[in-house]
Amino acid sequence: MSVPKVEAFARALRGEVVTSVRTASAAKVASRVSTLGEAFDDIESARTEAARIKDEVLDRLRDLLLEFEARATARRIQVHWASDAAEANRVVLEICRRVAEPGAIVAKAKSMATEEIGLNSALEGAGFRPIETDLGEYVVQIDGDHPSHIVTPIIHKNRVDVARSFVREGLGPYTEDPAELTMQARAKLRDVFRQASVGVSGANFLIAETGRIVLVENEGNNRFSTTAPRVHIAVAGIEKLLPSERELPLFLKLLAGSATGQRLTTYVHLISGPREANDPDGPEEVHVIFLDNGRTRVLEGRYREILRCIRCGACLNVCPVYRQVSGHAYRHVYSGPIGAVLAPALEGIDAIGDLAKASTLCGACEEVCPVKIPIPRMLLELRDEAARAGLGKRDIPWKRFATLAGSELLWRAGLTLLPIARKLPSALGREWAQKREMPMREGRSFREWWRERS
Amino acid sequence: MLTCLCDAFYGEVGIATVEVLQRIGCRVEFPAEQTCCGQPPFNAGDWAASRAVAERCRTVFELDDPASVVVTPSSSCAAMLREGYAMLFPDWTLRAQVFEFGEFLVRHRGIVEWPGRLRREEPIRAVYHRACHGRGLHLGDLHERLLGTVEGIEWVGLPQAEQCCGFGGAFSATHPKVSTGIGMEKLAQVATTGAEMLVSGDMGCLMHLKGLLSRQHSPIEVRHFAQVLAEAQ
Repeated sequence: MSVPKVEAFARALRGEVVTSVRTASAAKVASRVSTLGEAFDDIESARTEAARIKDEVLDRLRDLLLEFEARATARRIQVHWASDAAEANRVVLEICRRVAEPGAIVAKAKSMATEEIGLNSALEGAGFRPIETDLGEYVVQIDGDHPSHIVTPIIHKNRVDVARSFVREGLGPYTEDPAELTMQARAKLRDVFRQASVGVSGANFLIAETGRIVLVENEGNNRFSTTAPRVHIAVAGIEKLLPSERELPLFLKLLAGSATGQRLTTYVHLISGPREANDPDGPEEVHVIFLDNGRTRVLEGRYREILRCIRCGACLNVCPVYRQVSGHAYRHVYSGPIGAVLAPALEGIDAIGDLAKASTLCGACEEVCPVKIPIPRMLLELRDEAARAGLGKRDIPWKRFATLAGSELLWRAGLTLLPIARKLPSALGREWAQKREMPMREGRSFREWWRERS
Repeated sequence: MLTCLCDAFYGEVGIATVEVLQRIGCRVEFPAEQTCCGQPPFNAGDWAASRAVAERCRTVFELDDPASVVVTPSSSCAAMLREGYAMLFPDWTLRAQVFEFGEFLVRHRGIVEWPGRLRREEPIRAVYHRACHGRGLHLGDLHERLLGTVEGIEWVGLPQAEQCCGFGGAFSATHPKVSTGIGMEKLAQVATTGAEMLVSGDMGCLMHLKGLLSRQHSPIEVRHFAQVLAEAQ
């Protein structure tokens, strides 16, 4: 039996990583529950309302995008359209080449969209110096690693890992104290903000009615990255729109509560455009790059509701599989339950559809999702689609199982033979029995009992 | 509906289910031609094989008949009939009333107390594991509430109760490292409670956890919800 990729990754994973992920995830699950319970009188109806709003956005996406473009342009925000990663990177590079010297620093605020398009390597390839300014993303970058979680990129590392990296980078004397480590990074990053010519961010929400960009964060690095450099570029998936700012309170509360167990993030930015003549500071240019990169195709298909996602990461934290395997097992920028659907929806099931099978279908993800994405149903549909496309090895001969279950006689014969069959060598039995005893008949047979008494 | 696992291994759970149903005055039938509901191939993505099995199940249990009441000691099988079949057969409507066993007792029959005492010398300390398929069926804590009225058991809350046991059907064999890792995590939470008995409403979860427990020679007793009710006299 071939070993599925997620399982193989888990087998090779260090125990400390599992401990780090499990501890942090469990803490976030607990704080999410208590915060959302306090923040909403009725969290169920809040989630239903949020799902309805996102569905409305998806239904009216074309109109809302054009509305955003018109309103943002009126605010002197320049709107660009990118059909794929290469196009998005090209737009960023064109702007950088126009406004910055070769080798200039590009301050990066945390953004999954720029991870998705591989912006850092595109910038480096063109001779610029992108520097991640979110603490977690900064650690990821100096380690040459990848974020393993949508919200907490270094959930797979512990403080000793970070301490060693900082000493290696010459950021200061060795310390395992999180506050001191933060101060070391802060000293380094302050210079980055002063020197950067361009700041790149993502966007948590884009408001169609007002043309404003909404960013949430806790560290203040987004504020610096989007105001200190001369130019601010926001890269965002086309699904990130909200119709108006009236919906914003609901979504800000749901996002903060679901992602980090906060009533509200420390900072909420509503970016209205480049600096005005009398403004003391702010960028001279603001750009929004709308990224399609497969989303239009997803919008028209079976997994449309996955585009409701607001990237809170709650489904990762609660997922028992994610906790055992960590985000890197998913081989994609989007990991955990959301990644197991979004990655194959964007990249194709032939490329990465195996992720859908790495799930117990427990449904905890759907239960916590602030926009009620039916992830388990989608995982089942992905499995069906993969099977019909002839993808993936079939470990169990289901056709034969169906024949057996198609006749009372065969079924009962199968049950009678089971005590013998379980002693026969089989790949599945071997895998089961590595850490578990094989099940055996306990007590009376129901069928015999029923026959005797009637 | 007996379920495959009770048909193959855990006949006592089926017997306990029937005994409890009869004790509350139900007339129980057991269509002997029943086999499987089709969930294993459905979860594996082989919907063609699953449809074949499910179609048979629709006939055997007369699922087109609103007068038909199906009770099964597994939220997994109940969810398959109520939710899975809707995906397998988009043009078909379930007309029969299908209940998970605890759901039938509490929601359909309005039983909120189970007068009886466990036949043990000392009260036993126990935890309840909520099977994941109860989520979609919105079963909540109904099993725990009913079990809480049985005398002779000291119930303790299970931390991180929302976490799965790691079974996941075929997943348990295709992803054994992940599956047993999740299971061990569940048992670590059980251990923090000092429980002597682990109860759940699904033999899938319990078969997996039992397999892990007996490999560790753990003395923790594993019981199905129906067995606890049947034992309480």
